[in-house]
Order: sequence, then C-alpha cells, then structure tokens
Amino acid sequence: MSEHSASNGRASNGGASNGGASNGGASNGQAGTLTSAAATRGELAVEAISVSKDFKIGHGQTLHAVRDVSFNLYRGAVVALVGESGSGKSTAARMLAGQERLTSGEIKLDGKPVHVTGRGDFRHYKSQVQYVFQDPFASLNPVHTVRYHLERPVKLHQGRGIDVDAEVTALMEQVRLTPARQFLAKYPHELSGGQRQRVSFARALAAKPSVLLADEPVSMLDVSIRLEMLALLDDLRKRFSLAMLYITHDIASARYFADEVLVMYAGEIVERGPAEEVTQQPAHPYTQLLVASAPDPDNLGSTLRRGPGRAGGSAGNGAGPAKPHQATQVATTGCPFSPRCPLAEDRCRAEDPALMPITDTRGAACWRLDAAAPELVSGRSGGDVTP
Amino acid sequence: MTANPGQAPVPVATPSAPGQDPVLDIRDLSVVYRTPGGDVRAVDSVNLSLAPGEVVGLAGESGSGKSTLVYGATRLLRAPALITGGSVTYAGRRVTKPVDLLRLRSDQLQHLRWREIAIVFQSAMNALNPVLNVRDQLLDVIHAHLRIPRDEARERAASLLDLVGIPRGRLRSYPHELSGGMRQRVMIAMALATDPEVVIMDEPTTALDVVVQRDILSQIVELKEQLGFSVVFITHDLSLLLELADRIAVMYSGQLLEIGTAAEIHREPSHPYTKGLLNSFPSLRGPRRDLAGIPGSPPDLRNPPPGCPFLPRCAYGTSACEDVDMQLLPVATSRDPEHVTACPFVLPGTPVPAAKQPKTAEEPGA
Repeated sequence: MSEHSASNGRASNGGASNGGASNGGASNGQAGTLTSAAATRGELAVEAISVSKDFKIGHGQTLHAVRDVSFNLYRGAVVALVGESGSGKSTAARMLAGQERLTSGEIKLDGKPVHVTGRGDFRHYKSQVQYVFQDPFASLNPVHTVRYHLERPVKLHQGRGIDVDAEVTALMEQVRLTPARQFLAKYPHELSGGQRQRVSFARALAAKPSVLLADEPVSMLDVSIRLEMLALLDDLRKRFSLAMLYITHDIASARYFADEVLVMYAGEIVERGPAEEVTQQPAHPYTQLLVASAPDPDNLGSTLRRGPGRAGGSAGNGAGPAKPHQATQVATTGCPFSPRCPLAEDRCRAEDPALMPITDTRGAACWRLDAAAPELVSGRSGGDVTP
Repeated sequence: MTANPGQAPVPVATPSAPGQDPVLDIRDLSVVYRTPGGDVRAVDSVNLSLAPGEVVGLAGESGSGKSTLVYGATRLLRAPALITGGSVTYAGRRVTKPVDLLRLRSDQLQHLRWREIAIVFQSAMNALNPVLNVRDQLLDVIHAHLRIPRDEARERAASLLDLVGIPRGRLRSYPHELSGGMRQRVMIAMALATDPEVVIMDEPTTALDVVVQRDILSQIVELKEQLGFSVVFITHDLSLLLELADRIAVMYSGQLLEIGTAAEIHREPSHPYTKGLLNSFPSLRGPRRDLAGIPGSPPDLRNPPPGCPFLPRCAYGTSACEDVDMQLLPVATSRDPEHVTACPFVLPGTPVPAAKQPKTAEEPGA
C-alpha cells in the first residue's frame, strides 16, 4: 500500500496512454498535465472533465459549489476527496452519481460521455455507479426489512431469471453479515450503526457496479468500528476491482485508505497527489491547515493547552497560523483561500491560481508554493538547487 | 516547546492536586433503563470525581453509558431511566456545604442547575430554539437563573458572544443563519452565561470538521483557564481527549475500565479496551502503523456476560476473566497511584498471547 507513488518512468508512460485513451477529447485542463497516483492500479473507469456546478441562491446570487474540477477514477483504486463541510466534495460526488446536473463539463464512463436524461439512462448508469450515503440511520427505510432493501436493487439491476434469494444471501456474506438468514429478517432499528452501514454497502453492491462513491461512509460510526468498515470497503474494492471515490473530512483516514488524495476548498481542487505524500508533506497552505488541525495524540496538549511560557504561540507544526474565525469567508476574486491564508499577497487576492504540477503525480493551486512548501518546489526545478 | 522536543512530559497548568476536594464526586452511581424485556444496566456502580479546574474526558463508544452517566448524575434523565443507587456530591464555591444532587428536592436542584452545573449538548442545531434569535435565547437563560436588570442582562448577552468570538452583530441572528461552528459557540456561550462551576460537554464537536473542531477546543481551553470552571468532556474520539483532557476515564458497557492522566493513557494504556481504542484511529503523523481496531460489538446490557464485559472482544481474554471482579485497582507498573484499571491481568507492556492474536483489520468478525 505504501508503494503507490509511481516511479517516474511508469507515471509518464501512464500519462501517454491516458491521453491516447481519451483520444481526441484531450482533457486540456489541469488533469492533462498530471497523472493520477491511482492510475497504476487499474484501468480508467470514470473521468470527470472540468465539471462545475452552480446553485442559484436567490437575490440574483450564484453559489459556485464546484468549479472546474477534473479527476479520474480507476478500477481497483481509491481516490479520496478531502475538505471541510461546504467545500463541494459531496456535490462533486453527486454529479458523478447522476443526481445533480452539471453546469458545465463532462463525465465519461469507460471512455463514453454520460448523458443522463431519461429514467432508463439513469437506471443503466446507476447499475455502473453506486453511491453509499453517510448516515446509515437515514438511508435505510425504517419500515422495510434488510431483505427488502437488497431484493429491490437485485431485481431492478440484475434482471429476470436470476435466483434473487441466492444473490441476496451472497451479498450479505460479502459484507460479512452472517448468518444471512437471521439478518435479512431484521428491520434497520434492530441493527447497530456498523451493521446498518454494511447493509448500505450490500445494497450498493447489489447492482454489480464498477464504481462506488462513498460519501463519508464511516463518519457517523464509532471510532472503534470505523477501521473495520474501511477494511471491509478495501476488501470489496480488491474483490470486485471497484473504482472508489472516498469522501471524507478526516485526512488521516485518507492517508491509510486512499491511493490519491484530492483536497477541495470552496469548490476547487487546491492540491492533489499520492496519499502518503500529500499527508506527510502538504504543499498548499490549506492542506497544511487541515493536517495541523487533525488531533495529534503524539503531541500531547501542545497546541491546545497553552502553558505559561507559550502565550500566543501558534501550532508548532510548520503550518502558519491560518485564520479560522473567518471560516465562512470565501474570496470572490483570486484564490478562494486567500482571506484565511497566512501567506496571501496581492497576486493571491487578484488571480485564482490553477493547479500547478509539482511532480508527475502531484500538484497544488497556490501562487506562494515557494514560501508554503519550499522543499517541494526546489525538488521540482531539478538538481541544481543551492540552498 | 523547543527545549523538550518529542516525548516531552506534559506541563499541566491546573493539575488535579490530590489534596483538593473534588467539585463533583460521583460515588457508586447506577442507572437502569426499565424495559419490558428486563432492566438494562446502563451505568453500573461508577465512581468518578472532578477536581476544580480540571478537564475530565469520558471516552467510550455509543451505548457505553457515558451520556447516561452524566445525565444521571445531574438528574436530567426521565423514565424509563431510573437511578438505582449511589450519590453525587457537589461542592462548588458558591454552596455553603456539599450537597448530594440525587437527594435534593427539585426546587433546590433548580437553583443549582445552570447556575452551578451547565451542559453543552451534542447537537447544537437541535438544542437551539429555531424560532428565537441568539440574543433572546441567551436572555432566557440569564433571566431564568440570575436576578439582574434587563439592561445588564443585555450587556451580558453581548459580552458572552465576545467571549466565544462571535461578532455582536450576530445577536439578532437565528440559529439557521449561523454556521455549525458558530452554533456550537453559541451553545458554549449559553452554558457559560451564569458563570457555572462545572460545564458538561456532550460531544460538542462531533458534527464539526477538524479545523473548526480544533478552533473550538482551543477556545474551550482558553475560557476554562480564564474563568476557572471544570469540564466533563464526553466523546467517542479518544485522540481528542489525549490533547484536551487532564484525566481520561474509559467507559464500556456501563462500567469504567480505566482512569488515568492523558499522558498515562497515551503512553501506558493498561486495559485491553483502551489499547484497542488507541489503535483504532489512523494517525496522520509518524510511520504508518498496522491498525487493528476492535472487532465485534458491545454486549447486550440486558444480559451482561459474567465477569469482564469486554471479554468477548478481548485479545488477551482467558477463562479467569469470567470471574473477575470489576474493581478499579492501581496499575502495578505505574508510578501514578491514580492510574487505575479494571483488568488485573494485563499490564501496559503485556504482549498479546500468540494463540489469540487479534483478528487483523483485514478480516474483521461479523
């Protein structure tokens, strides 16, 4: 799992074949210059090409929930979409799931553009791309048994002439709800949170999808069972070679679970790259803030408790003191993070930076990368760096 | 910081000095839920004390009884919950002599509520009144518990918002106009409205994302140092408590399994359940560890298994555990006599028996 940072040769290779696959429709945006860290795992399943979503919020105002976002999902690989609430990560996933129309951009499934217009289209698309919701308490119908929840998608998506009962039992075994017969007769309220989320996974698998979009699949669950659920997802990914989008605000779990991490802020991808690299050496100031904010048990009380000698001290993790009180502020021009960014200068407030490549698999949208992550940027410009 | 890099001992500003009388002392508290299928022993003879100025963290998974414990201790539970025994002694600065909360008449209790012991509830969206603006909700609290003139109360409401870092212009905002973090701050401001001695925080940051969470936690620490109240902080996220709390109590199926300082719990967790919890969250820093989690699920409290309730999920379990008397005894290897555990067999360094290696995260139990 730790070796997923592609060697240079393979990465550029992958980039070339990638361009060939999406032949003609050359994604001229940001994705074109970067190879996904997940690309080495399997074949391309879903491409989101410069997708945007605007919401009209009244008074003639428009909320740009997702702005020009491009990424790819590959079979057997996990891409994590990380960001705070309101950053647009769920909207991006809902667009991929066909539940939200795109304002602009394009989504391709197995190389073919997706046009979900009628119900038939939608159902067909759904059989390929399934969504797992955050809250297993809300996403299961309280008046139906587990069996009902699983039989319906099996009948809908797998058609006639199959043994529904055997199929449902197999699904239960795949998510390790055994003995299946006993659980199938239960109602959601008779199950624990973890068991309910397993039913959600089984329901998603019932359509035999190639892509699974998991929207905070473990954040409603207890810490002690989160790992078990992530391990189950990982197992399902391997077994069915699923292309997985893992949406989370917990960047630490993305480190363990994902191949590639995309960090979203105010609807834009501000940083992307191999999970280990992004979490260990965050380049963008926002990613640095996210990493510095994660609870750090090995650093007991250092940032929260201000002892006598530390008055006014900031987080000692290299991340500058970003301004959290302005959490609701988003710049209308320039870099969306600039109002909170400790490094912001005039250019940041005037011009929105595009995702700039740092390595073949890594990029960040920041004008001040030289100051935010000097060690990364100097590595990019070759070996002739004199510190 | 720079003088002690790495594993620096934690300088605790206001330690729980052994000589200091606790402000809140819970003794042998038991709470059951009466159900047609029998009594559910939600809290089973729990002892826990809170020193002035201390932050005690109460950690445990859902259903472990952590909320029932504090709501029971503050008499906020109603039927079918029933307090079946114990005492809760409150000894704040403003009361002349210690009182047992469980034996007070309800009008006496009314004087103590909020004025002395305030609660920050879990879901700020549900705990705030959607049809009242922030100022009116703050004024409600102030007028109900303090006898002060209207002008003074208004000024107090405004200064409470200052205290939690919300601009005064937001006084007339309604809850739905505030972000999740701001709503939670309003909840904290309301709890502090009457300058209480003890503030109980029931998962105040669970619904928030990490950046806002950290911001609110440091604010709590700051306010605590400024105003000198004590905190009982309930959460299922042990990693938070390691940073925030002075002492941590780990709860499982209605019982406390281990109590120790945050540093002791982090460095020398003794009870297998605590070890499991510590091994449950992915760490962002340092090398990638093998994470095991805790397979299985908590026992049915209507029919608790004999002996240790954690036995069915325990990697160290032996037949002797079925007879274990769940007493909290000092950890033999610990220098701190206050570090206590309910497991007499496992010490901080005890390796997992080879025959009972924990199931790895790859093959969790059903």
